[in-house]
Amino acid sequence: MDVLSCDGTLSSGDFRLAACAFMEKWKSVMSASPPWSWVPCPKQPWGASHDVEGYLSLENIILRSIEEEHDELSCPQKEETSCSEKAEPIDIATLVQSNCSKVRYYDLHIIYSASYRVPVLFFRAYYSDGEPLGFNEIEKDLPAHSVKALLDSKWTFITQEEHPYLNRPWFKLHPCGTSEWMKLLFHVDVALAKNGVAIELYLLSWLSVVGQVVGLRIPLEMLNQL
Amino acid sequence: MGFPIWPKPWVKILAPRIGYLPLLVPHIKPHFSSTLPPGIDTVWFDYKGLPLKWYIPTGILFDLLCSEPERPWNLTVHFRGYPGNILIPCEGEDSVKWSFINSLKEAAYIINGNCKSVMNMSQPDQVELWRSVINGNLEAYIRVSSKLKLGTVGDEYAADLYSSSFNSRQSIGDTDSTGQVKTGRVPVRLYVWSVNEDFDDLEDAPQIDSWDKISYVNRPVEIHGEEGKCFTLHDAVKSLLPEYFPYKSLNNEESSREEDKNEEKVPSENLSEHVESCYPSDDAEVKLVRIQGIEPKLEIPFSWVVNNMVNPEHFLHLCVCLKLPQVKIPSDT
Repeated sequence: MDVLSCDGTLSSGDFRLAACAFMEKWKSVMSASPPWSWVPCPKQPWGASHDVEGYLSLENIILRSIEEEHDELSCPQKEETSCSEKAEPIDIATLVQSNCSKVRYYDLHIIYSASYRVPVLFFRAYYSDGEPLGFNEIEKDLPAHSVKALLDSKWTFITQEEHPYLNRPWFKLHPCGTSEWMKLLFHVDVALAKNGVAIELYLLSWLSVVGQVVGLRIPLEMLNQL
Repeated sequence: MGFPIWPKPWVKILAPRIGYLPLLVPHIKPHFSSTLPPGIDTVWFDYKGLPLKWYIPTGILFDLLCSEPERPWNLTVHFRGYPGNILIPCEGEDSVKWSFINSLKEAAYIINGNCKSVMNMSQPDQVELWRSVINGNLEAYIRVSSKLKLGTVGDEYAADLYSSSFNSRQSIGDTDSTGQVKTGRVPVRLYVWSVNEDFDDLEDAPQIDSWDKISYVNRPVEIHGEEGKCFTLHDAVKSLLPEYFPYKSLNNEESSREEDKNEEKVPSENLSEHVESCYPSDDAEVKLVRIQGIEPKLEIPFSWVVNNMVNPEHFLHLCVCLKLPQVKIPSDT
C-alpha cells in the first residue's frame, strides 16, 4: 500500500491513485448509488505527455432542503415527469405548486489543486428544467452548521469561481485550510502518523469531512475501512 | 478606452493594468446614466463580442486579446443581459475585492505553505491594502503587503541587479544569507493561447473570438537552485510547458551560449524570431511570451521577473502564444 507523508497534502500523481481507489471502494460499498467517475481532460498545453489530467465526478444527485425531508412526495428520478400520491391523482393545474418543482440536482466534482496540493470540491445545482440555482437557493439546501459557517465568513468558505476544466462558473469549497485539518485528521491515528497515510484512504477521509458541508454523507461501511 | 453606445457614443478612461474592469464602473456609469432604462444594472464589458472576464486583471485581458496592441482599446459596456453562463456574477467592488483576497491567499499558500498571514490580517490592514490597489498607491501597498511576509526567492540576486549591468552573463545562484542555494515555489498564472496558422507580424495573429481558445491555470513554478547557475525565465517557461522545449538536456551555460550566438543575429526586440531560433521544433513552437505588456528576453533571471513584474496579489501572470501543428485530415482522393 502506497503511503503519503503526513503534511496533509498530496501530489497530482497521488491524487490520481487516490481517485482510482476511492471510485472502486464507492462502487463496491455503494452499488445502489450513482458511481463516481473519472473524467479525463483533453491534453492541456502545460501537461507533459505522460500526465493524465482529469477529475472525479458525481452528477445528478438530489438534495432536498430540511423542510422537504418531511414531505411524503418525492421525485427520485430526473426522468420522471409527474408525481403521484397514494390516495388520488393530482390535478395537473396544482402540479406546478407541488414540491416536485423544488427538487434540485447537484453535480459534484473533485479537482486537484496544484497550488494547495489538495483536492477541492466544486459543485453546481440546477432544477429539473436545467435552470441553475443561485447562491441564495443553494444556501437553503446546506446543513445548519454550514449556513452558520457561511454567515461567519461568506467569502472564504464557499466561493464562486471558474471550473478549471470547464471554464464555467461553479461553486467551490475554499481549500486554504484543507491540508491543516487533513494533517490533524491523520495525526489522531497514531499508526497513520507513524507509518504515513495510505493514499487509498486520503479521499475517503477528506470527503468524510468535506461532504458534510453540502450534506453528502459517507456511509459507515466505507468509513469502517479507515 | 472607448465604450460605443448611443446617444453618447463613447467615454475615454485610463485603466490601470493591475486593476479590474468593474472598478471602472463608478467612472463610466454617470456618463451613460441619462440613457439607461429603469431597472437594476449588472455591468459587463465585451471586446469584439467576447464577454470579458472581470476577475482577470485588465492588463492581462489586453495582453491576451490584443496581440498587436490597440490604442485606445475599444470596449463595449453593457448594463443588462449579464452572461452568467460564462462570467462569474459580479456584485460590484465587493466581489472584486474578495476575488483579489482569495488570489492573495492562494499566492501566500504557494510561497509559505500556509495563508495564515493573509487570514490574520487586521481589518484596517485589509482595507488599506485594497484601497492601495484600487488607487494605485504604491507606498501604501508596500507598507501593508510587507507585513504579509511574501518575499519571493532570490531577493538578494534581484537586489544585485540594480548595481550591476543587466548584460552581464554571470550565472549566479539564488542564495540566502548563509550562502545556501534557495529553492521555492512562485505563484504563476499561465495563459496559453494556441494558434494553428503561422504569422510573422503580431497584427497578422488570428483574433481570439472565444475563451475556449485560451487555456489558463494557476501553476506554481518550482525553483530548483543550483550552485553557479541562474534560474532564468526560460527555465520557468520550460518547466511550465515541457513539451515545447526540445533541448531538455541543455544546462544553463549551454543555453546561455546558444542564446549568445542567436543574439548576434537577432534584434532583441523581435522576440518571436528570437524564441523560434532558440527553440526550433517540427511540431510546435513558442511564438510569444508576454508579461505586463512586454516581451522579455528569456535569459532574464526569473527572480528579477518575479520581483519586478508580479501583480499586487503576488501572482506572476504569464501569457504565452503557442503555434501548434495543423491536424491534416487525409482526403479520399
